Amino acid sequence: MPSLFEARGVTKRFGGLTALHAVDFAVDRGIASIIGPNGAGKTTLFNVFTGLYAADEGSVTFRDRPLLGLRPDQITALGICRTFQNIRLFSNMTAIENVLVGMNSRITLGLWDVLSRNPGFRRTESELAARAVRLLQRVGLQASVNVVARNLPYGDRRRLELARALASEPALLLLDEPTAGMTQGEASALMHLLRGLVADLELAIILIEHNMRVVMEVSDRVTVLDHGEKIAEGPPREVQSNARVIEAYLGKRGAGPRARSGA
Amino acid sequence: MIHSLIAVAVLALSAFAVATFPRSVLVFLLFQGSLLFVYKARIPERLRWGLLAIALLVLMPAIGYFNSYYLEVATQVGIFVALALGLNIVVGLAGLLDLGYVAFFAVGAYSWAIFGSPHANIIFGGEGFPLAGWWFYVFLFVGLGTAAVTGILLGLPVLRLHGDYLAIVTLGFGEVIRVLANNLDKPINLTNGPKGITPISRPPTPFGMPYGEYFYFLALAIVIAVIIANRRLEDSHIGRAWEAIREDELAARSMGVPLVRMKLMAFACGASFAGVMGVLFSAKQVFINPESFTFLESIGVLAMVILGGMGSIPGAIVGATVVTVLNLQVLKGFSLWLNELKNAGVTIFGFSLADLPTQFEPAKYERMVFGIILVLMMIFRPQGIFPARRRQRELAH
Repeated sequence: MPSLFEARGVTKRFGGLTALHAVDFAVDRGIASIIGPNGAGKTTLFNVFTGLYAADEGSVTFRDRPLLGLRPDQITALGICRTFQNIRLFSNMTAIENVLVGMNSRITLGLWDVLSRNPGFRRTESELAARAVRLLQRVGLQASVNVVARNLPYGDRRRLELARALASEPALLLLDEPTAGMTQGEASALMHLLRGLVADLELAIILIEHNMRVVMEVSDRVTVLDHGEKIAEGPPREVQSNARVIEAYLGKRGAGPRARSGA
Repeated sequence: MIHSLIAVAVLALSAFAVATFPRSVLVFLLFQGSLLFVYKARIPERLRWGLLAIALLVLMPAIGYFNSYYLEVATQVGIFVALALGLNIVVGLAGLLDLGYVAFFAVGAYSWAIFGSPHANIIFGGEGFPLAGWWFYVFLFVGLGTAAVTGILLGLPVLRLHGDYLAIVTLGFGEVIRVLANNLDKPINLTNGPKGITPISRPPTPFGMPYGEYFYFLALAIVIAVIIANRRLEDSHIGRAWEAIREDELAARSMGVPLVRMKLMAFACGASFAGVMGVLFSAKQVFINPESFTFLESIGVLAMVILGGMGSIPGAIVGATVVTVLNLQVLKGFSLWLNELKNAGVTIFGFSLADLPTQFEPAKYERMVFGIILVLMMIFRPQGIFPARRRQRELAH
């Protein structure tokens, strides 16, 4: 049986630079992490998966549907949503409004429903608002429903981004360094939350993460990228002891810090 | 309770003052100010809307009975309020800076002007035109539709543009429409070129109402419809999607907002309001030519939106009122007053005003005074008179 989400031979070039080179990646359920040094191509991979970049070669399928060539909003409508490495909230909108925007792809009302404000519209709006409040509760922001996103503390903003992504009812969630800037305690709490989401919503998660303790603790599978290539893949323990991974992260033994022989 | 009494008293007194001094611009401004006072006063909602309804439905037409020019001013205000509210959707909510907005107004105006005047006979031959007056009501919707389609046509090529680039292209678009109107008298005479189209039919009025009152009420009805539409759009997923696009386009796309559809919808909605008012405008004026749709008009409407407070409905209304009244009454009144002083040979500090060179004639400084007011506004209250909640937040940090 084919995987929920499958990428084959994804290649992305920026002019002369090959940011991704024939990357294969698949995820079915649970949490799959992507790690690698800075500039390894992790975020580029996310941008290809979510339709922000067009891949030069390769294929990406989700539930057997090809994704390449689709617009970001179409991909979101199919059930893939993401967060951003540098938080990109709608800063001047309140927390609940941010989450409501995330529901856009699940709203079937048209212009006429809005203008006539018919019973269907009103029912839908109140259902959406109730669901948005539940989502905010789920990520622990119940006290900040009407706070403007910009005024939220840093960790809360990360959590709000998560709630906004969940609002589109995704089957696959792409999280780009969700614990960046968090303390170890906050990061653990977030991972606990993610584990809960995976269990309750039958959600698959792809996680880009730098915090090794978090990655090794929470992931079902780990993929390691370096210079746009996949250099290792497997259960966390296996990857941790892989020689190429250690080399990519720590540099060659005896060759000084981060000496490389050009990939 | 005391607030309610004061509000009623202010409105009644100002209306009475207008009836007593029907020629005084200051007193009419007082009346407008009292409407604002009622809107802002801490009184029960029912009383507030009741008072405003009485003021607009009864007092204003009554004032028009004493001085018909005030009714004309009120109608103009209505037209510009609808335009400002339309542009407010495009610029204020969706964040798409449109400098050619008056083009949609022109499209609406010409759609009725052509078919509601004998001019259409030149295009189609025969003697079938002008259409009967009642067609005007059909054309309110035709103008709406035509302007909306024009809005989409403008939107399509500029979807990828932002900020300055978008502003320049829309500016060009506005000029294209005006130049087309100016030159489409050959090879087929569609617009009659700079000479304009006249006479444009007016609809039959109910109960033999005079045209001054009729157009006032029609403009008021359209404005109310536009306000309701605007509010409903703002409080819906469509409005939220527009604001999300303005905040962060890339994030909005990634969260499932269909960018193309939403942007085109913003252009179409904004344009349609202008289209309806264009139809009314052409019937009211009986004569239109390209001069009514210059770049300066687009800028004027934009100034109303900015002055009032971008993205805010009460802001657009107040902004449109202030700018229109400033242009039609205050600055003109000021010029007139200074001229009177001059002609009367008044001297200030031993200097006779009559000796002022003609270059100093105040009538020539209308635009400058307007400009100074705008500059002062931007320095001391950049968020506008009635800022939108969110814009307030943007400028507050």
